[in-house]
Amino acid sequence: MTDKNNIQNNIESPASGSEHGNSVIGEGGIPVFPGLVHPTPSGGILVTAIDDVINWARSNSLWPLVFGTSCCAIEMMSTASAKYDWSRFGFEVARATPRQADVIIIAGTIVNKMAPVLRRLYDQMADPKYVIAMGACATSGGPFFYNTYSVVKGADHVIPVDVYIAGCPPRPEALLHSLITLQNKIKAGLTREQIKESSKVENEGH
Amino acid sequence: MTNEELKKRISEILPGASFEEGGQWLNINMEAKDWRSFSNSLRDLPELNFDYLFCLTCVDWKTHLTMVYHLESTTYRHTIVVKSKLDRNAAEIETVSNIWRTAEFHEREVYELFGVNFLNHPDLRLLILPDGWEGKNPLRKDFEDPVNMIKL
Amino acid sequence: MSPMIIPEMGYKRKKELDCKVGYKIKNELYRETQIISDPSKSPDIEGDLVINIGPQHPATHGVLHLVITLNGETVKKVEPHLGYIHRSIEKMCESLSYRQFIYVTSRMDYLSAHMNNHGCSMCVEKGLQIEVPPRAQVIRVLMDELTRLASHQLWWGAMAMDVGALTPFFLAFREREMINDIMEETCGARLTMNYMVPGGVMTDIHPNFQRKVKEFIVHFKNKIDEYDELVTGNIIFQNRTKGVGYISREDAISYGMTGGSARGSGVSCDIRKLYPYEVYDKVQFNEIIEMGGDSFARYMVRMKEMRESISIIDQLIDNIPEGEFQAKTKAVLKLPKGEFYSRIETARGEFGVYIVSEGGTTPYRIKFRSPGFSNLSALDHMARGSKIGDMVAMMATLDLVIPDIDR
Repeated sequence: MTDKNNIQNNIESPASGSEHGNSVIGEGGIPVFPGLVHPTPSGGILVTAIDDVINWARSNSLWPLVFGTSCCAIEMMSTASAKYDWSRFGFEVARATPRQADVIIIAGTIVNKMAPVLRRLYDQMADPKYVIAMGACATSGGPFFYNTYSVVKGADHVIPVDVYIAGCPPRPEALLHSLITLQNKIKAGLTREQIKESSKVENEGH
Repeated sequence: MTNEELKKRISEILPGASFEEGGQWLNINMEAKDWRSFSNSLRDLPELNFDYLFCLTCVDWKTHLTMVYHLESTTYRHTIVVKSKLDRNAAEIETVSNIWRTAEFHEREVYELFGVNFLNHPDLRLLILPDGWEGKNPLRKDFEDPVNMIKL
Repeated sequence: MSPMIIPEMGYKRKKELDCKVGYKIKNELYRETQIISDPSKSPDIEGDLVINIGPQHPATHGVLHLVITLNGETVKKVEPHLGYIHRSIEKMCESLSYRQFIYVTSRMDYLSAHMNNHGCSMCVEKGLQIEVPPRAQVIRVLMDELTRLASHQLWWGAMAMDVGALTPFFLAFREREMINDIMEETCGARLTMNYMVPGGVMTDIHPNFQRKVKEFIVHFKNKIDEYDELVTGNIIFQNRTKGVGYISREDAISYGMTGGSARGSGVSCDIRKLYPYEVYDKVQFNEIIEMGGDSFARYMVRMKEMRESISIIDQLIDNIPEGEFQAKTKAVLKLPKGEFYSRIETARGEFGVYIVSEGGTTPYRIKFRSPGFSNLSALDHMARGSKIGDMVAMMATLDLVIPDIDR
């Protein structure tokens, strides 16, 4: 059953499928609800791995930080309003302070004067934290790549990034696609945080 | 007032000024040392009354710098352009921020990008560039930055 | 219990401060604080607090860093620190050709992207002395006015959010989405469209354009009355903006303010009326001037400007002349030796493009005279003596977009 659940982007599905119970599979093969449900007369027993449940809970309620420097901020505000609503996916509460946020969406160009500010904001966020680089400027410097003395050519020179979005500015649907990709990455355990954690545990185990 | 009348009036105030026609507006070339009295009379004389400075910038010709001021009057709606040549190594000119308050920010920007020193400016320091860029004047033509600038 | 002992160097307790300060009339307050806070003296007088409204803050104007010196809750001095989005566009344009540098300017003031492109194209056309065909002129004016409506809508939503009302933000974005859909069919992009080129416009308008714009106008005329009722007539909003941030007519001219912020103080500076370009001399519209000088006057100027934009679009939408949409130009443009300056009225004020050319394919020096730069320099003058909450309302009515200031 796991072979049939190969999804695009080479993300492995978490532990699912055995002969005994049912697992709730959604589109693309990623289980909507992690684990197997064994039906009993008085309800059901859920058998799963704790990591899967924690990842599932974290990915469905990520709070973004309000950080927009330039034109991509307007598309981010459009995604937050009523036509392309991002609160359907759990991103409703956009906090102004980094100490209460989970995700930082870098929307706009990063210049040399702003880079220490961005680093300080990232350091003030509590673990586990994720980063999305929105737009061409945050991915690689964008239209300001050549012949500028003050643009940082890509936000990943400053902080580690999980998801990159292309576009100048990207459409709101592209931003929603990237949010869903981040959720899938968290459920599969493949963000930088989780790889770092799992490699730390392995090293300690030896 | 038309260009001819402006030319006549300005030659009375500042005999050393030279004029250029052929552009969009009347261009006046003057020396940097006359700027203080000339700017006061441009604003205070009732028939000139230039009270709106809408552009203040600097152009780097490779042998010298030129300061360019675009002035307009809101009562008569005539426009002139005042230019003044400065030496590259010792670029100094009087400030006009006590006459036209908009010049405070514009002169700070020219100071950091071109290195022109404005005498008697109330607060001359960096505005747009980060700390540590005091000596480097990025918009000069001889600004060297081998990492970022590509010479085509 | 013995009373709490306040150390010598700390801040005074509230009852020991001069409480009568807050009850004086605003003009007297302004004169008094002007004597105390002299910009050449250091602000570290005992009892002063220096705080940051930092580069990252949710009053979504962009990255503006304000260093405010306070005495209690009264503002004594405001100092803007700029440069957190300085992308060195002027230096970059010296290596781009005359057709290429236009895409970069639409990212400077991204809420009026069409008008920035329009200003740059006009400057290049002045240098080459190209005549724009009439169809392209009317299309350019229509796109400009639609962009002005979209920009004022976002300003209105953001201003209401700053003052405390959260609903107008969503209503404003509903209209913006309708305008963005119209733009996307014709120009291909929603926010940064490079549609105006030297010589005309890039492609012809979509066949649905006229029908959709007419439907939008009918829908929007009702909505403006609804918005007036919702926000303008609200007693809390009026108390927060009347009498706040006064600037006189002479000071506004001296600080170089233009656009809606200056027209609220009685300065007549609409470039569409003074130096008309394209077809603005053939349409009928009024220039809106208010004499109040405070935040409420600036707010009313922009609300009335939206109605004027609707009437301009009404007059033009049925009379688009037939013909070409782009004049014939060479593939590689070379401006002759000289200097050229063009002025245009964007949603924020007067935008100027100054090109110095030496005869090559790239400009020798470009200077963009941005309206926000001069408008921001008046914030210090307006904010002295008021409270912090009033200062936020003042900043919202100035309609600042920070990438326009830093370039």
